[in-house]
Amino acid sequence: MNVVSPVARPRSVRFDLLLIADMINPGARVLDIGCGDGTLLEHLTRTRTVDGRGIELSQSDVKECVGRGLAVIQGDADQDLSDYPSGAFDYVVLSQTLQATRNPGQVLEELVRIGASAIVSFPNYGHWRVRWQLLLRGRMPVTEILAEAWHESPNIHPCTIRDFVELCGRLGITITRQIFVDRKGRSSSGGANRRLANLLAEQGLFELSRRG
Amino acid sequence: MSEAFNPLVASERARQAGQYAVLGTDRRLRLDCGVELGPFTVAYQTYGKLNAERSNVIIACHALTGDQYVTGTHPVTGKNGWWDLVVGPGQIIDTERYFVLCANVLGGCMGTTGPAEIDPATGKPYGLSFPVITVADMVRAQAMLLDHLGIKDVFCVIGGSMGGMQVLQWAVSYPDRVFAAVPIAAAARHSAQNIAFHEVGRQAIMADRDWHGGDYHSHGTRPTKGLAVARMAAHITYLSEQALRRKFGRRLQDRSNLSYGFDADFQVESYLRYQGSTFVDRFDANSYLYITRAMDYFDLAADKGGRLADVFTNTKTRFCLMSFTSDWLFPTADSREIVHALNAAAAKVSFVEIVTDKGHDAFLLDEPEFHAMLTGFLSGAARERGLLQR
Repeated sequence: MNVVSPVARPRSVRFDLLLIADMINPGARVLDIGCGDGTLLEHLTRTRTVDGRGIELSQSDVKECVGRGLAVIQGDADQDLSDYPSGAFDYVVLSQTLQATRNPGQVLEELVRIGASAIVSFPNYGHWRVRWQLLLRGRMPVTEILAEAWHESPNIHPCTIRDFVELCGRLGITITRQIFVDRKGRSSSGGANRRLANLLAEQGLFELSRRG
Repeated sequence: MSEAFNPLVASERARQAGQYAVLGTDRRLRLDCGVELGPFTVAYQTYGKLNAERSNVIIACHALTGDQYVTGTHPVTGKNGWWDLVVGPGQIIDTERYFVLCANVLGGCMGTTGPAEIDPATGKPYGLSFPVITVADMVRAQAMLLDHLGIKDVFCVIGGSMGGMQVLQWAVSYPDRVFAAVPIAAAARHSAQNIAFHEVGRQAIMADRDWHGGDYHSHGTRPTKGLAVARMAAHITYLSEQALRRKFGRRLQDRSNLSYGFDADFQVESYLRYQGSTFVDRFDANSYLYITRAMDYFDLAADKGGRLADVFTNTKTRFCLMSFTSDWLFPTADSREIVHALNAAAAKVSFVEIVTDKGHDAFLLDEPEFHAMLTGFLSGAARERGLLQR
């Protein structure tokens, strides 16, 4: 069983969704993978008149989305992306979901194949608080954003910002934009020191595209 | 057991109790098999009121053995309509808001022209001289009915099983006339396994000596035994192993010990026999042959070299597909195939797999999750169509 959408989205994700929304041009075709109850899609549809589609694993969330008039299918990132034609969307959004996929590398490749741009956000396991908990207590970290115990967490492939950047490089995927979100929901972007961000950012938000 | 049942009489009663239209008088209906049919009758029922803009039409498509009596008391069987739980005032498909139309399919036996009808050319029942019809032919006949009623396009076409096949065909044949499409527990093509089950049913009918090569009307007989067996076999496929276990298990029927004979020792046997015996009191055997054949022939992408995505190119219709976990007749994989094709065609599509042990027939039963999803989709689409306030 593949779990795509973390059982409950962390609180700070509202902020993360707004950051994502700001990256999307009006009128664009958008696919939101792991779209939850459709908050982002509905926001984008209303404020940016995007042509939106969603994929969500949870039946009750799909029901919620469909009731909002959104076009959402029950499915997951590991299995349902291969059927979309290349370049079908202007943006493909994968928010707080990559770490829960079975094959993150393959999912990333599908994202940049289907979308002209892919927008990916994930919790940063390199954050000092996470490191601190592991170092000091020798226990798997439980933080505000990684709220579940290791045995309950859907996050089977946690990564740090450095890991993510390294994987993109290896897959030949270009990072066109990066935003680092700290504990207070403040964001910094662009030329910020990635090594420092890997220590201080709770979430990484990246815009990707296929090189060339 | 059913000498009293006469398909022609029942068909006439169904026609008179509801509404019907004689179509194909000016321009005949060209069927897929090449035959031109006309004039022919389509019996239909409507529920609710057509609004001034004629924008609130929902076409409900019935399944293999269903008919136009969606809700209310059936004039022939005296039972409730097949979608009593879903259609009606204040129901999910609210007849105080929508104008619901359901037509008996071509080849059927509840008032629409089918093999039990008198062939005007010979003055005798068509029997097997009735042309083989397809799901696309059924939909063509429904489109002619809409033309006849002065209805240009419909808000939604909805149906389960063979009804779902018609929904898909509607969306493909008349994309500009369908705002929203809800194919439930359906498939883009009938599977080999399903064709096999149908063949068993047909062989049971044809093996009945009262069938007389389809000419039983002139022999004053009816192949009730064969038709009952066909129904019994089919009925198993509409349920699920879990549902059979839950409802019957290995419990015995009206006895405490095995009979060491071939009576209906088990409750499940008794149930199936009952299903078979009541079915023959409302359905014509030849209609069963023709309609199962129409389902067998259904293959939406046959004209496109099997590429399903191509049949949906540029569609503006909003789709909502639903399947049921325990449905082994039209399993989720069949719905997913359609969803993937719609995705590839960049169509607006929603899909959910409902968890239930009720099998294929779940779409007819009390299934709260399914009903909730349907409610959500219809209200979402109705808002977009301007039938509901935002």
